[in-house]
Amino acid sequence: MDAPVKPEHDNVGVGSAMKAAIVVFPGTNREVDMKDAFERAGARAVMAWHGDAQVPECDLIVLPGGFAYGDYLRCGAMAAHSPIMKDVVAKANAGQPVLGVCNGFQTLVEARLLPGALLKNASLAFVCRDVHLRLEHAVKPLTGNLAEGEVIRVPVAHGDGNYFADGETLRRLEGEGRIVFRYVAGPGEPEARANPNGSTADIAGIVNEKGNVLGMMPHPEDATGPRQQSLDAVPLFAGIVEALS
Amino acid sequence: MPINQSDLDEVALSRAEYEAIVDRLGREPNPLELGLFGSLWSEHCGYKHSKPLLRTLPGESDRMLVSPGAENAGVVDIGDGLAAVFKMESHNHPSFIEPHQGAATGVGGIMRDVFTMGARPVANLNVLRFGAPDHPKTRYLVGGVVSGIGSYGNCMGVPTVGGQTSFHASYNGNNLVNAMCVGIAPADRIFYAAAGAIGAPVVYVGSKTGRDGIHGASMASAEFNEDTEEKRPTVQVGDPFTEKLLLEACLELMATNSIIGIQDMGAAGLTCSSVEMADKGNAGMDLDLDAVPQREAGMSAYELMLSESQERMLMVLKPEAEARARAIFEKWELDFAVVGRITDTGRLIVRKDGKVQADLPVRPLSEEAPLYHRPWNETPQRPTIAAADVPAPNSINDALLTLIGSADLSSRRWIFEQYDHLVMGRTVQRPGGDAAVIEVPDRPGKGLAVTTDCTPRYCQADPFEGGKQAVAEAFRNLSAVGARPLATTDCLNFGNPERADVMGTFVGAIKGLGEACSALDMPIVSGNVSLYNETNGRAVQPSPQIGAIGLIGDLDRTAQIGFGGTQHTVVMIGDGIGHLGASLYLREVAGREEGAPPPVDLAAERRHGDFVRGEIEAGRITCCHDISDGGLLVALAEMALASGIGASLAMPHENLPAHAFWFGEDQGRYVVAVEGDGAALQDAANRAGVPTLVLGLTGGDALTVDGASPISLGTLRETFEGWLPRYMAGEPA
Repeated sequence: MDAPVKPEHDNVGVGSAMKAAIVVFPGTNREVDMKDAFERAGARAVMAWHGDAQVPECDLIVLPGGFAYGDYLRCGAMAAHSPIMKDVVAKANAGQPVLGVCNGFQTLVEARLLPGALLKNASLAFVCRDVHLRLEHAVKPLTGNLAEGEVIRVPVAHGDGNYFADGETLRRLEGEGRIVFRYVAGPGEPEARANPNGSTADIAGIVNEKGNVLGMMPHPEDATGPRQQSLDAVPLFAGIVEALS
Repeated sequence: MPINQSDLDEVALSRAEYEAIVDRLGREPNPLELGLFGSLWSEHCGYKHSKPLLRTLPGESDRMLVSPGAENAGVVDIGDGLAAVFKMESHNHPSFIEPHQGAATGVGGIMRDVFTMGARPVANLNVLRFGAPDHPKTRYLVGGVVSGIGSYGNCMGVPTVGGQTSFHASYNGNNLVNAMCVGIAPADRIFYAAAGAIGAPVVYVGSKTGRDGIHGASMASAEFNEDTEEKRPTVQVGDPFTEKLLLEACLELMATNSIIGIQDMGAAGLTCSSVEMADKGNAGMDLDLDAVPQREAGMSAYELMLSESQERMLMVLKPEAEARARAIFEKWELDFAVVGRITDTGRLIVRKDGKVQADLPVRPLSEEAPLYHRPWNETPQRPTIAAADVPAPNSINDALLTLIGSADLSSRRWIFEQYDHLVMGRTVQRPGGDAAVIEVPDRPGKGLAVTTDCTPRYCQADPFEGGKQAVAEAFRNLSAVGARPLATTDCLNFGNPERADVMGTFVGAIKGLGEACSALDMPIVSGNVSLYNETNGRAVQPSPQIGAIGLIGDLDRTAQIGFGGTQHTVVMIGDGIGHLGASLYLREVAGREEGAPPPVDLAAERRHGDFVRGEIEAGRITCCHDISDGGLLVALAEMALASGIGASLAMPHENLPAHAFWFGEDQGRYVVAVEGDGAALQDAANRAGVPTLVLGLTGGDALTVDGASPISLGTLRETFEGWLPRYMAGEPA
């Protein structure tokens, strides 16, 4: 049950299942949730230590949720300057798929791999509950087997998920189909409760121009297990694993 | 030099205690030595008022791996080579003075108590008791306490899955914040406070020491008065990020067979941890305060010894393991300093600036704290109120809406949505049900159920029955999800024990707890006492809080409170006389706080609980809710709201006034909803000697009671969900 916080260097190419490298910063706390989700989908997952210069060879880099460096200064700000991030940025720019969830999304924004900023929730309070997401644009392989227009129920758990970008950036994101997930009201849910953090245009997740870097605030990894209250994100992970294996 | 009273007040010691110290030392203590005695002999550390009584509680069980009180937290065997490590602790006084930091550091402290024993925390719970909603300070305290708990637990990545919140004017000057943590450890790798071999290094790890929290233990052992605000500097400041690093570093080191003993620095900081370790090993300790990592310059020996700076641990290492341990803590960017050695002198010798600052025998400090058998008055019995003497409401519907929209019964969503209750991905039942359920890490299908319980207004009315009820309700909440109750922890919050009436409530409650724990086979494996919850002579309601854990062998066989479908038969398990004394109906609808509380028949409690659990384990019940505050109809409304399915219900007999039937708080009862007509369930219950009563059928989108006009689920939901968010947004209570 101890969190596997030490990097594991195993050889890529053993077996054919894809391999995800999950980056662990001091204060990361959803790395096990993420590892479980990938392993349930048939992938291999290893932890990568923030202090290392290189991400182990892998098919997908994942920045998981948590409070890297205690969220001091700004969420993700210090993590973006961890030694390993140089390599993450280089590999992202070279086209390797990168998924950042919650604190990982914040870190991708701070590392300038994604535009905009994540502000304090409009309620000024931390929020943990289920939300509904609509897949606005399928981006392979990172949105997996989810279908465009499909609505899934997944949890959020964050204090700073209020996505903000200037008008020009928003127009580009919209025009280029890079707003991937939006918050929508679930069945019978009042509109006012759909968006948990006040994000601009109900944005929950976006991709970079090349479409290989996806950042999202909600936690699809916590909607994949038989004892979790939603299995709606199973196709997301299954599709990523199929595509990258 | 004669000591003056103000010096003694400063360290919360009495003149007689001072004389006992002089007697044992054979000389007058110096100011530092007096401070050390003051902290260790405080109620908070020494349990001087409560220990004789606590010894009467049942703690023995073959499931227990550590005897109660001997260590930080209780350790219970949960099979498959694992142990559950858990404890509840109060942080009442600091949370009233500085609610955010006070509550946050309460959560941090209880988690350290758990991981210092080698367990990874997997669930947090908390019990919050606030003053009346219309008291000017209450809103501020609720906001600060909730944000403080969230800030700490969320950052640690430990889900906060349950607890209790209530409001009553008796807490106006003293709110209660009791935090509970449950961890899981390998059963054969539990860590303790211990001293080890002579010469072994004493190592300090974690945060640096600052001037915060000095005299916290003494503060928590005295009443509040008008000057309480001035005590703000005695409240510690929490840094959950450092604690997260400390958790990971400690667990990493614990996997390497390097540690002889480990103890977190909680109340009375370095003083308490060093004395406890030396005492456990029948050894002595030399401490060099110059080696202690310090946040500010120029700290005195007194400040260094009594600081309650958070996120610190003291360890005794195997001598050969020092380098390995240092590397791990450096990797996690935490301070690591050898601050002393184990000796065979039996004395604690504290040096600073090359000079001996204190030289005391360990045993009197730790084990010879004075014990007081305080005089106490039996709490007078209140009369039992007959249902017929309690006025009926305008209508049952109105009374239901009043109750579920009241401060104590309305939804706690505003609170639990500020806590990350899903991190770790193993939360099977979220907050809002009976007990929260998590899946045990690395043991798929095995569940741990956790709950906190106490009904202070019952304890006020009758401490003995109230004490029994706290345990019985925990038993019921665990049974209602199909869990086998394993063990309990307690957190006993009372007023000033030097007053005989208050002491009487303490004595009565402990007797009740003990009786119920024996009858329901739920030994108390750890605990905490918080006395002096009193301001200007007004004490809080007696609040002997119970935390309990239970085991679910197969998570496919469990139950939750929402109705499972339409046309299911709603059946009450257990029966009652419509007991309205000390009930929420009496308080919220009739405006009276009086009468004896419902009596608890422990044999019936056990029979009913065992029956319900058996049916759940057999897969025959999947929807179950215990009946508690507000009675039967409140339980049914919660079941309807949890599922979005209504029900049509009727009182099946005319033996009682309708309001007593629907809102009475008789104990030992559950509501279940089953497919079909419920006959098989009733037969099985008959055979087990358990009474049942069919109440109606599920279905529709409204609750219809005794043929009155239906209450739509929309109205119910708005009423239930509305109160707390509106209140916190500033609307008058």
